[in-house]
Amino acid sequence: MSDFLLELRSEEIPARMQAGARAELEKLFRREMDAAGVECGEITVWSTPRRLALIARGLPVATEAVSEELKGPPVGAPYQALDGFCRKAGVEKGDLETRDVKGRATYFAVKNIPGRATKDLLAEAIPAIIRDFSWPKSMRWGAASISTESLRWVRPLSGIVALLGDDVVECEVHGVTSGSVTLGHRFHHSGDITIGNADDYAMKLRAGHVIVDHEERQDLIRGGAAKVASEAGLKLVEDEGLVIENAGLTEWPVPLLGRFEEDFLEVPPETIQLTARVNQKYFVCEDEAGELANAFICTANIEAEDGGARVVDGNRKVLAARLSDARFFWDVDRKKTLAEHAKGLERITFHEKLGTVADKVNRVVKLARWLVEEGVIKGADPDMAEQAARLAKADLVTEMVGEFPELQGLMGGYYARAEGLPDAVADAIRDHYKPVGQGDEVPTAPVTVAVSLADKLDTLTSFFGIDERPTGSKDPFALRRAAIGIIQLALENLLPLDILLSATKSHMDRDFAVKELRASQDNKGRLIEQVIDELGHEAAMGLLKGWAPSLRNANPKKEIADAVFRDLERALLVAAPVRDFVLERFEVLQRGEGIPVDLVRASKSIGEHGIEANVVRLRARVKALQSFMDTEDGANLLAGYKRAANILKKEDWHGAEGEIARTGEEDPLALVDDPDMKAVIDAKMNERHAKELSYEPEPAEKALMDALAKSEPAAARALEAEDFSGAMAALASLRAPIDRFFDEVTVNADEENKRAHRLDLLAAFRAAVHKVADFSRIEG
Amino acid sequence: MDRNPQKSFQDMILALHDFWSAHGCLILQPYDMRMGAGTFHTATTLRALGPEPWNAAFVQPCRRPTDGRYGENPNRLQHYYQYQVILKPSPPDIQDLYLESLRVIGIDPLKHDIRFVEDDWESPTLGAWGLGWEVWCDGMEVTQFTYFQQMGGFDCKPVAGELTYGLERLAMYIQGVDNVYDLDFNGKGVTYGDVFLENEKQMSKWNFEVAETDALFDLFNKAEAECKNALSANVPIAAYEQAVEASHIFNLLQARGVISVQERASYMGRVRDLARGSCEAHMEKEAPVWAEKYPEWSK
Repeated sequence: MSDFLLELRSEEIPARMQAGARAELEKLFRREMDAAGVECGEITVWSTPRRLALIARGLPVATEAVSEELKGPPVGAPYQALDGFCRKAGVEKGDLETRDVKGRATYFAVKNIPGRATKDLLAEAIPAIIRDFSWPKSMRWGAASISTESLRWVRPLSGIVALLGDDVVECEVHGVTSGSVTLGHRFHHSGDITIGNADDYAMKLRAGHVIVDHEERQDLIRGGAAKVASEAGLKLVEDEGLVIENAGLTEWPVPLLGRFEEDFLEVPPETIQLTARVNQKYFVCEDEAGELANAFICTANIEAEDGGARVVDGNRKVLAARLSDARFFWDVDRKKTLAEHAKGLERITFHEKLGTVADKVNRVVKLARWLVEEGVIKGADPDMAEQAARLAKADLVTEMVGEFPELQGLMGGYYARAEGLPDAVADAIRDHYKPVGQGDEVPTAPVTVAVSLADKLDTLTSFFGIDERPTGSKDPFALRRAAIGIIQLALENLLPLDILLSATKSHMDRDFAVKELRASQDNKGRLIEQVIDELGHEAAMGLLKGWAPSLRNANPKKEIADAVFRDLERALLVAAPVRDFVLERFEVLQRGEGIPVDLVRASKSIGEHGIEANVVRLRARVKALQSFMDTEDGANLLAGYKRAANILKKEDWHGAEGEIARTGEEDPLALVDDPDMKAVIDAKMNERHAKELSYEPEPAEKALMDALAKSEPAAARALEAEDFSGAMAALASLRAPIDRFFDEVTVNADEENKRAHRLDLLAAFRAAVHKVADFSRIEG
Repeated sequence: MDRNPQKSFQDMILALHDFWSAHGCLILQPYDMRMGAGTFHTATTLRALGPEPWNAAFVQPCRRPTDGRYGENPNRLQHYYQYQVILKPSPPDIQDLYLESLRVIGIDPLKHDIRFVEDDWESPTLGAWGLGWEVWCDGMEVTQFTYFQQMGGFDCKPVAGELTYGLERLAMYIQGVDNVYDLDFNGKGVTYGDVFLENEKQMSKWNFEVAETDALFDLFNKAEAECKNALSANVPIAAYEQAVEASHIFNLLQARGVISVQERASYMGRVRDLARGSCEAHMEKEAPVWAEKYPEWSK
C-alpha cells in the first residue's frame, strides 16, 4: 500500500473556479482508477491560486492478475468455427486447452491478464486527467500554441509533482514532465522545494510559506479578520463568499485592518459595503451599536516586513478613491427628484419589441392601481401604489445604480426618503424587486406587494406577448423567477389573485377594468369573469365569438364594445399561456415541498374545462385532496371512480351533454346563450328526464341516486364557501354507495333503458367527483 | 546614467525601456494616431496575428474623451499613457519577467501586496479576446495582463502575452502622490500638471462641448469609406488606420452625447466590421508568406 500525491502547478487560477476544479480533479482521478481496476480509498483534494493537489491514500502497489476462461467449440467442430473463436479470443490455436464438458471434449482459451504496477497505471492516468480536465474557460499559451491542438488549461500549466510512495511517477504532458520538485510562495520563498512523499507535502509547502489546504486558509481568514476587528473594538460583518474568494487569492493569507475617513459614512452603508466587497474584496465592520464603522479588512498574501503598514495605506487610498466616487454619485443623484430622474427612463430600451423602460413603468402603474382597486390587494392606498410604481424604476438612471447595478431599488428607496416621500412609497420602491428567487424575503406591505406584483405580471405577459418564453435551460429574461415571485406574493399574502384575469388585464391596451365592463353591461357582461374562471381560455374564446355580436346590438356605444372585445381577445391569447406557465411553476414548488404532482394536477382541473387560476385556492384544494387521499374513503373512492370511468370509456358513453358536444360546438355555455340551440337542448333534456323513471331501480342503484342527490349540492355549497375539506367530506359520502352499486348492480343490463340510466348514473357520479377534483389525473 | 524611477515619471518610463530592451524587446515609439488603448497600435493588433516571433515595448498615449474631467478629478484623464509590452510567443517566465520589471521601478513585493486577480479581456471591436488578470498592488490595479487567444476573429497561433501598465497610476503609487497633476515629471520639480493640466481643461471642453458634431459624423463616414477603399486596393495596414480613426471619432461623438442608445450598437458594429475586415485582409495578404516560412503554421 502506498499513498499517491499529485500536484498540478499553474499560473494563478481564478478564485471562483477553484472549488469546481477540486471536484473535477477528484472525479477524473476516480474515473481513471476505476477504469484501471485500482481500488481507491480516501482522497483529499486541495487548491491554492497556483496549484491543485490530490492525495489518494492506500493505493495497492499493483493490480491483481486476472485469469479469464472462454469456452470455445467442441473438438472436431468445423475449422472455420475454431478459427473464428481464436480470433475473437485473441489466442493461437496451439494455446487452446481441451476439457471435458458433459462428455464432450471442448476447446477452452485461457487468458492470464497479468497484474500491473499502479505506478504504470498512474503514469497513463495523469496525462488523461489533464487532457480531459474541464474548465469554465481555458486557454493556450507559449510556443506550442502555434498549433490550436496544443494543451488547454485555465492558465499556463507549469509543473507536475507525481509521487507514489517515495517514487516519482514519470509522465509527460505537452512538454511538462513530472517530478518531485515544486515551488513555494511567490515572494516569501525562492528556489525549489523537493517533496519526499504525500506525507511531507503540506509540511514542506508550509515551510515555503504556502498553506495548501484551502479550508485552513479560509479558517485563518475567518478567524484573523474577526480578531483584527475585535482588537479595534469592532465586530466583523461576516461574509462567507469573501472568505472563500480571499482564500482563493492567497497562499499565505494575512488579514489587515485599515481605517477610512469617517466623513464617508454619510453615504448609505450598503454602498460602502458593496464598494469594499465587489471592487476590493474587503470585509467591513460594525461598531457596538451595529452601525457600519469606518474600517475595512483586506487580506494580504504576504507577511510584510513592516507589519503591513504600507499595504494597508495603499489599500486605504484605493478605497478612498472608490468611496469618493460613491459620495459624488450620492450627492449628484440627490440634486434631482426621483420624478425628474424617471424622465430619463424614456431613453432606456426595455426590450426592442417592448419599448422603453418608461413604457413599462406606465403599464405597471395602471396595473398596480387596478390590483388595489379591484380588491386583489387590500389595505393599500391606490394613489400611493400608483406613485410608488411610477418612481420604482427611476433609480436605474442614477449615477449610483449605473456604477452598482446591484443597488437598484435600494437606492431608489434612499432617494425617495431623502426627498420626503411617504415611508410606504419609499419601502415599495426599495423592495419591489423582491422576492428574487426562493428563500428571499417576500414583501407583505400592501403598497410594496402591489408594485412588486404588477411589475412581475407585466414582465411575464409582455414577454409572452412577443413569444419570448423560456425554453429548456434558457430563460434570459428570468421569467421563471417572475412567475415564482407572483406565486410567493400571492401565497404569503393570501391574495385573491386570479392569474388569468390579471394577466388578461395586464395585457389589455385599453383602460377598461373588467369591473367597469361588468357594471356597464347587462348581466351578460358578468359572464366574462365566469367564463374565464370556470371554463378556461378555449371556452372563453368560443363564448366571445358567439357573444360579441349580440352585445354589440344591445350596446349603444357599439364601437367601444367592439374594441374592448378585440382587445380582450388578444389579451386572453397571451394570458392563458401565462396562467399555464405560472401553474407549472406552482407544480414545481409544490413538488419541492414533497407534494405529489398528480394531486396538484387533479386539483388544478375543475369541472370539464375549468382551471384553477388562484394559487391560494389551489393550494387549499391540494391540501384537502392530499388529506382525503390519505384516508381509506379517499383510496376507495378513487378505485370506484376509476372503475366508473373505465366503463364509461369502454361504452363510449357521453350522455345527454355528450350529444350536444358532438354537434361540433366546443362550448356548452355558448350554446345555452344561443337562441337557435335552445330547442335542441330542451329536447335532449326532456329525453333524459323521460328515461329516468321508466323502471324501478334496484336498491343499490336507488341508494347511489339518493347519495348523489345529497352529495352534489353539499359539495357545491362547500366549494362555494371554499371549504375544500367539506367538499371532500361530501365526496366521501359517495364511497359506500358506489362500492355497493358495483357489487350489486349489473350496468350492462339487457334492457336498453336500464343500461342507459345506469351509465348516466355513473356519468353523473364522475361529473360530481370532477367538480371537486379531476380524479382521472390521480395515479394509483 | 542613474535612473530615479521613484521620483521621476520619465525615469520610470526609461527604466521600463531599459528593462524590456535588455530582455529582447524592440523599443518602439507611439503610433501617430489618436486611439483608445495601446492594443490598437499595429505593433499589438496586427503583430499578434501570424506565426512570426515578435517582442516589442512602447508607450502609447490613449484618448478616452468621455473620461475627461476638465482637470478637476485627481485620477481621471481624457489623455493618458499606457506602457505596452507584447511578447510572442508568450515566454514561460513571463510572470517572473513582469514582477522583475516592477522591482526595477521600485515596487518591492515583500513590502507591497502583489496579486493576480482574474480579469479576462475582450474587445468586440477588434474581434479579440484573451484570458489573464488585472495585477493588483496593495489593492490597486496597476497592470492588465492578457494571453491573447483571438485577434480579428482569428486564433492567435502562437499566443502572445500582452502587458499593459497604467503609467500615471503606477507613478502616483510609487511617488506617493494622491493627485495625478502633482506627479513629478522629471525628478526636478516639473509636474504632470505643468505639462498636461491646460490640455485636459481645453480638450475636455472641446470633447464635451465644442467639437462640431456634423463634421464628426462626416469624418466618421469618410473614414469608413476610406477604409473600404483601402481594403479594395489590398493595403490592409492603411485600411486598419482608418478603422482606428473611425473608432476614435465614434468615441468623440459619444462624448458629445449625440449618439442614442439604439444607434450606439449600430455604430459599434460598423467600427467592428472595419477593424475585423482590416485584420482579415492583413491575414489574407500575409498568410502565404507565413505558411511558407513556418510550415507547422496554418491560418
